[in-house]
Amino acid sequence: MIQKHDPQMHQSQPHEIDSARRKFLGGSAGALAGVAIAPGVLLSQVALAKPADQAVSSDNRWGMLIDTNKCDKGCDACVRGCQTENGWGSNETHSAETQTAQWIRKVELRDKNTGHATSLPLMCQHCEHPPCVDVCPTGASFRREDGIVLVDKHICIGCRYCMMACPYKARSFIHEALQDQLPVAPRGKGTVESCTLCVHRVDKDGENAVPACAEACNSEGHEAFVFGDLNNPESRISQELAKHGGTQIRADLGLNVAIRYRGI
Amino acid sequence: MKQKIYFREVLNNGTGYYGLLALLLAVILVGMGATYYMEHHGHYVTGMNNQIVWGTPHVFAVFLIVAASGALNIASIGSVFNKKLYKPLAPLSGLLAIALLAGGLAVLVLDLGRPDRLIVAMTYYNFKSIFAWNIILYTGFMAIVIVYLWTMLEHKMNGYTKTAGFIAFIWRLALTTGTGSIFGFLVAREAYDAAIMAPMFIIMSFSFGLAIFLLVLMAAYRWTDRALGDVILFHLKNLLGVFAAAVLYFVLVFHLTNLYAAGHSGVERFILLDGGIYTKLFWIGHILLGNLLPIAMLFHPTVGKSRAAIAWASILIIVGGLIQMYVIIIGGQAYPLNLFPGMDVVSSFNDGPASGLAHSYTPSTPEFLLGIAGIAIALLLVAVAVKVLRFLPESLDDATVDPHASAAKD
Repeated sequence: MIQKHDPQMHQSQPHEIDSARRKFLGGSAGALAGVAIAPGVLLSQVALAKPADQAVSSDNRWGMLIDTNKCDKGCDACVRGCQTENGWGSNETHSAETQTAQWIRKVELRDKNTGHATSLPLMCQHCEHPPCVDVCPTGASFRREDGIVLVDKHICIGCRYCMMACPYKARSFIHEALQDQLPVAPRGKGTVESCTLCVHRVDKDGENAVPACAEACNSEGHEAFVFGDLNNPESRISQELAKHGGTQIRADLGLNVAIRYRGI
Repeated sequence: MKQKIYFREVLNNGTGYYGLLALLLAVILVGMGATYYMEHHGHYVTGMNNQIVWGTPHVFAVFLIVAASGALNIASIGSVFNKKLYKPLAPLSGLLAIALLAGGLAVLVLDLGRPDRLIVAMTYYNFKSIFAWNIILYTGFMAIVIVYLWTMLEHKMNGYTKTAGFIAFIWRLALTTGTGSIFGFLVAREAYDAAIMAPMFIIMSFSFGLAIFLLVLMAAYRWTDRALGDVILFHLKNLLGVFAAAVLYFVLVFHLTNLYAAGHSGVERFILLDGGIYTKLFWIGHILLGNLLPIAMLFHPTVGKSRAAIAWASILIIVGGLIQMYVIIIGGQAYPLNLFPGMDVVSSFNDGPASGLAHSYTPSTPEFLLGIAGIAIALLLVAVAVKVLRFLPESLDDATVDPHASAAKD
């Protein structure tokens, strides 16, 4: 009964089967040197986009690395790119400035001691242990097996406890009825929403996907974003993180976020 | 010999009783109108925003839910701790607990973004969520207290009162722990992240619940011309003074602990020193008017024996409790999240404590009306129930409740 209603539990089944299979393959590889190619085969499989009818799996962990040194202080191309892609930012006509949704925002930092200034985009950090998912009474706030944290708009009751729990203020409540929504991002009065990591693009293109914020940044020539699979050691994001490292915002909370920063 | 205590329905049929019902009904209708206005337009017509996501309705709702479990205390003292003096008060205590919880839950549900999806909240459960646990704790509390009342009001069931009372007592401790933990489990919010939230809420429930109980008891006995003796009243008011002092103690420990943690000094400074309205509300509303003054009134050798003073002290504790909730819930959100320690932060989404700006929130009239309607719902339930069922003893004069005490006094 419980499992039936829990998206996480529901989706974890393929993962368990997969790991059992891999363990079996791993064991066989130890016994038969000839099968040693199996892990390599597996890696090239996950790098490709999955078919639409295949469940997402924890073989992937989608994330982004943002180089703040490449992020221009006056530039908000990523924010505009997200707005265009997901249809927010202009259709909340009644809400006050403090009430309108912001899936991604630009934040300017200045070190109190040194005066060093940094500019960075901030959005849902797609935590491995998301507090919003823990507190959600109905399970509307959920984390996919591939690490993307989403809100199921059909069972969100608008209690806003996830907004209380989110350390990044990444979520917005919709304070009025909305018109002109986009098919890729259904939104609704009285429910909570946040960055989806452009899940519709990820589901379509897999590792080759480029979220709208990253695309907009690239078209401005800044190229501050790197999107990719944190679980794939061959991916560009993993390689860059291995080489240069990356920072998690509020790493002290132990949430193991999927959005990493360089230069802060 | 001790006289037998008879319970009797309220027999008043005059304009006074029906006037009270009409008044409460009117307040509820106005609150429902305000709710329709907020839900029809969306929350943009309220003072709530994406920074202060829980507003005035939550202040009332959490206050009422906390007070509900506290109102049951009088029954628990009688049934669980076997204090005979309190036993005649147990039915009213249980009734008030159910009524306050119903009022609080009504406000909580009507402030949801999608109150029409209440059925979703009841059919989809995430068992890791303390909120989901609270839904079970609240409905369970209602059911258990209803059974508890049944064992009290039905003679044949009297033998089970102690067991039912014990279960209800354990359950109410769990319930308030759950309510306190809604805040205590928010690790990212400096104003909340503390395990002491749960026991502090329990102590607050003792104080708020008893203050409401005392007021309802005094009003009910005055308006129905029944005798309420000094013995029972003074016992209750002394208990209220002790509970109010205990709240002060927990608040003191909570803030001392936070002050000791360097990382939390910012939010402490905000609440205690330079948080503007929240600092004023904390010191003047909660500490001075909501605790120190009523404690002084209740324990004063002459003032403490005046019924008017006891009633006013109860009112002060209730208003002070609402203010305390306001400081906890809204003040706690007004202090911005500290995402980048040591940095000045500017953004288009109101980030950063270092900007020196607290998040702004101005309570709107509809929010306030909804909250008041919650109180009216609770009082209306009590007013109707005491008329149709035998909740109130015919007399609580000193000779009836405790002949030894009155004899000793003579």
